Amino acid sequence: MTSHILSWIIFTPLIGAFIILFVPKNATHCIKWIALSTTGIVTALTGYALTLFQPAQAGFQMMERASWIPQFGVQYLLGTDGISFPMVFLTAIISLVACLASFPHVRVKEGREKEYYFLYLLLETGMMGTFLALDLFLFYVLWEVVLVPMYFLIGIWGGPRREYAAIKFFLYTLAGSLFMLLGILGVYFAAAPHTFDMTLLVGMPRGLLFQQIVFMAFFLGFAIKVPIFPFHTWLPDAHVEAPTPISVILAGVLLKMGTYGFFRFSYPLFPDATHWFQPAMAVLAIVGIIYGGFVALAQTDFKKMVAYSSVSHMGFVLLGLAALNANGFRGAMLQMFTHGTITGGLFLLVGVLYDRAHTRELNDFGGLGVKMPAYAGFLTFFALASLGLPGLSGFISEFLALLGSYQYSKVVTGLSTIGILLAAAYLLYMIQRVLLGKLNPKWAGLGDIKFAEVLTLAPLMVLILGIGVYPRIILDYMIPTLDGLLKALKVS
Amino acid sequence: MIGIPLSHILIFSLILFAIGVYGALVRRNIIGILISIELMLNAANINLIAFSKYTSLSPETGQIFALFVMAIAATAAAVGLAIVLALYRVRKTVQADEVNLLKW
Amino acid sequence: MTSDQIIWVPLLPFIAFIVNILAGRWLKNRAALCSIATSSIACVIALPVCWKVFNGAHFAHQGTWLMLGTVPLKFGYLMDPLSATLLFMVTIVGTLIQIYAAGYMHGDPRYSRFFAYVSLFMSAMLTLVISDNYLLFFMSWEIMGLCSYLLIGFYFEKASAANASLKAFLTTRIGDIGFLLGFLTLFTAIGTLNFAQMNTIMAGAHGGPDALNTGLLALAALLIFCGTIGKSAQFPLHVWLPDAMEGPTPVSALIHAATMVAAGVFLVARSFSLFMVVPNILPIVTAIGTITAFMAAFIALTQNDIKRVLAYSTISQLGYMVTAMGLSGLGAGTFHLITHAFFKALLFLGAGSVIHGAHVQDIREMGGLFKKMPQTAITFIIASLALSGVPPLSGFWSKDEILLAAFGSGNFLVFGILLLTAFMTAFYMFRLIFMTFFGTARNHDVHAHESPSLMTVPLWCLAVGSVVIGIPGSPFMHHWFQKFMAHMVHYPEYEPSAFVMTCSVVVAAFGIGLAGVMYLGQKHWAAAVARTFPSFYRLSFNKFYFDELYSAYLIKPFNALGRKLFGFDEKVIDGAVNGTGQNTLFLSGLKNWIDKYIVDGAVNFMGTAVYFLNSFTKRVQTGFVQNYLLIVFFVLIVFLAFELKF
Repeated sequence: MTSHILSWIIFTPLIGAFIILFVPKNATHCIKWIALSTTGIVTALTGYALTLFQPAQAGFQMMERASWIPQFGVQYLLGTDGISFPMVFLTAIISLVACLASFPHVRVKEGREKEYYFLYLLLETGMMGTFLALDLFLFYVLWEVVLVPMYFLIGIWGGPRREYAAIKFFLYTLAGSLFMLLGILGVYFAAAPHTFDMTLLVGMPRGLLFQQIVFMAFFLGFAIKVPIFPFHTWLPDAHVEAPTPISVILAGVLLKMGTYGFFRFSYPLFPDATHWFQPAMAVLAIVGIIYGGFVALAQTDFKKMVAYSSVSHMGFVLLGLAALNANGFRGAMLQMFTHGTITGGLFLLVGVLYDRAHTRELNDFGGLGVKMPAYAGFLTFFALASLGLPGLSGFISEFLALLGSYQYSKVVTGLSTIGILLAAAYLLYMIQRVLLGKLNPKWAGLGDIKFAEVLTLAPLMVLILGIGVYPRIILDYMIPTLDGLLKALKVS
Repeated sequence: MIGIPLSHILIFSLILFAIGVYGALVRRNIIGILISIELMLNAANINLIAFSKYTSLSPETGQIFALFVMAIAATAAAVGLAIVLALYRVRKTVQADEVNLLKW
Repeated sequence: MTSDQIIWVPLLPFIAFIVNILAGRWLKNRAALCSIATSSIACVIALPVCWKVFNGAHFAHQGTWLMLGTVPLKFGYLMDPLSATLLFMVTIVGTLIQIYAAGYMHGDPRYSRFFAYVSLFMSAMLTLVISDNYLLFFMSWEIMGLCSYLLIGFYFEKASAANASLKAFLTTRIGDIGFLLGFLTLFTAIGTLNFAQMNTIMAGAHGGPDALNTGLLALAALLIFCGTIGKSAQFPLHVWLPDAMEGPTPVSALIHAATMVAAGVFLVARSFSLFMVVPNILPIVTAIGTITAFMAAFIALTQNDIKRVLAYSTISQLGYMVTAMGLSGLGAGTFHLITHAFFKALLFLGAGSVIHGAHVQDIREMGGLFKKMPQTAITFIIASLALSGVPPLSGFWSKDEILLAAFGSGNFLVFGILLLTAFMTAFYMFRLIFMTFFGTARNHDVHAHESPSLMTVPLWCLAVGSVVIGIPGSPFMHHWFQKFMAHMVHYPEYEPSAFVMTCSVVVAAFGIGLAGVMYLGQKHWAAAVARTFPSFYRLSFNKFYFDELYSAYLIKPFNALGRKLFGFDEKVIDGAVNGTGQNTLFLSGLKNWIDKYIVDGAVNFMGTAVYFLNSFTKRVQTGFVQNYLLIVFFVLIVFLAFELKF
């Protein structure tokens, strides 16, 4: 099992999904526990892989290679390194948490647990595979695998405008990934001999014009997923309409697939184009940070506000990516991880409130701090983490990204700090409208947060605090790989 | 045996064949049609034997051929009767003009 | 071993925070005990270390926390004269204020929550004081900002408290972002964030300033000073501090008077070597400080809320300290920081005692409280005398040092403004005292009573401190404190001047006297002055209209921009996306029509044509077996006829 640990991580959810298919529809408890224990096993496997992982080693580890379609040189090629492993770990944690959070949510929707958990586990397989595949073809297949269950999860269990949101999400992402497919084919045919194998493709020389064109194709695919301004409008709709656990997955893992793509494919494959596009990336990053912040400030819907804050925070990832130096990359990578935990937590908290009040209108709330003191504590914690309070993980990642971008450009950094100020403004304004002030008598009957809900938040809080206090616990895993990437990009 | 000339036998077989054709064309009862067809086959048999006797060096060939025709006529009749029986079960009739499903 | 226990100083209050936040529900009133105990132990640990530093020792220790590029970022503590001084002040004042708060907050439903926040604040403040690099400094700086936010909004049911907390956090965060960018710039310029290393580099730079990128350093210094402006409530970011008085009074004393707001001045003191190297930055600091000192004192003249007067007084005194730093008076500024912490904490606690006893905050409703609460009144007057600069109390010595720095460096304009400010300070403080404690009771519904001894004992302790804390910097100890500070960074010192001392004493006496005349004797004078200079009066009473200006020109446009961009997002960007969808749908509709009527039409036409033609030929198909047989027969005959050539 040790030699195929990555395959086990990818396919355990699929096995769980098929077991669920054989359970009668009415045995909801059984279905739930199968789903939960499957995600639990995946987390345990990831934890076991963590012990096998060599942090100091820069290249790919735990590789698995098998021929799949030999006519086209397609391989089943898996491997992990300091870029993908934190993402796998994040996926495992977020999936576990979101699965736990699904328990009360799906019951409301006429008890279609069987389909829900089947799709949910299928989704986890897709996500894990996306982060672990090293063959471009396999990567593309798994990337698309994520799309389908997501479509149904939003479209069936979502809010009032769920069909619109699901179709928008699906078509938008599909359009992007088609460009990516063209890019992949371009890379394939340009390589001599034709291959999809990342380990072989990385070192190959390519012309600048070719690099630019194919970089653009990949960029569209990844930018839509991140999402980078102006391709972000699917995000608020999908977030608002998706059920809480799916919002958590969406924000926690799916957005990272885009930035992961930059790290894994765009940068090492097209180093010259990367330099050429650096200013454009930086500009898009600032626009995203500031624009997302301002729009979040204007929101009255709690979930939409968090969704737009994602646009702003993912801008910092892009900022670190655009910096093209050690600190920027570390900041970007760390921000991917921390944003997953923090925004996931915020979505869970929105869900907790929505389950009780059945509204997300911020102006309707007020004074809940009196009625729900523990909830107030959790919400404040996550809001503070999101606005980058030192001692919590959001600060470290934003600090590193800013430090990196500062070495690239002072103006860019100066402008992007507006985003930090805006983050404080919209998050504290949210806290003020929800928790502070006089208690709206309409909400006098609301109960405080329950233990089961705390259980979903606790792992995220541990990660946020742990990374915030001592970031080396995670940075040490990333640094050798990121430095290796920088060397490949030939940046001084 | 020599007394009967070949032409007489041929005329007899012609008459028999003509009766068979007439029956096959005008009978409405499918059983009747089948019987008429048997008549035509028998007329052919007579011809075969007659020619074999009068013209061939080895008369057995015509007789063997006639025996084959009889065997095949029997199987054909059996299949035909089976179809008629099946038709009767479904349509409660054996009249050919009432079975016109293949009409345009 | 001698000094490593110093890390327990910030750690202990942090443990108290954890205990109180998690177990506060069961601790109830023991929460205060927990906080006070940890704080006292921290004090006991810290004071011997401070004593060693006062005797010339120097401690530092660090460990790697993070890798910045290839440079390890080390976190550790640094005990030098500056941090020892601050540590001494923060532990003592902090502990006393917490003891006081145990009495003041008694019976509050969120009692344990209060002490949790205060402990977290103490932890952050102590970390800040002993930290040895900008990043750790900034981190604890931000956490203090958080505590300030939480404590200002402690009574969050009140909308005004909730608004004030938001305002405080956002306003200081503007400065904090400057600070963050500032030390990023510094890191780019000199490659380290460590204070000691920075001092070494800067000390080396005195020889050849060309070795350093002065432009970048100037930017760094300016941006770092932004942090001071935000945190120490300097012009133009001072607006949050008066509103911060919505918090419980012990918090106002601890955070918004004695310790946190002084952290901004401490930041300048920490970065002093940087400020000294960079040209043209100190005049900016002086200007900001002087403007703040004068403006805040001017506003304080007309305020009627007892805590607001003290808040503006705090801003004004912080202006003094910043001015001192700007005049290269590291010793003077730090000295005033320490003395101010004692007497301003005492003033706030006294005000809290008055509010606790009389249940009103407006000084127009008080009067004649001296007899009802004598202990509060006496300690309050001691603190006011110290603030007004009456010798031989502590405030006199420290303020004199600042005036001396202004006078000695030849900045007579600054000297004049500071003297005027000193006069106004004496005036508004004694206006407050005379209206509160003397005269006759104006509102007879106010039934004041003396506070319990849990509150008065800290008052007396601080009163003693306010009296004696000035001595180390006074001629009695041969200006020991200034020389002590000069060990760290070299800065100009001036000979004591009798002229400056005389001026200082005279303006203080004049201010006190005028206040006495106007508010005890000729009571109609105040109204007359207000009538004579209506524009000045309105300017002072409305705090120079800062809040209105910011609201109209910053906050509203920001919110409007947010809404505009959201509209843009929904209409234009999302419109484009949906438009693409709609257009695709329309096109597909068109294609559907073409398919249905043209492509499919051709196919159907073929079918129809064939159908039509076969309507003639199909007649043959009668369905009668015998017809077919007949046809076969005839055809056979025809063929035979042809074959036999009939």
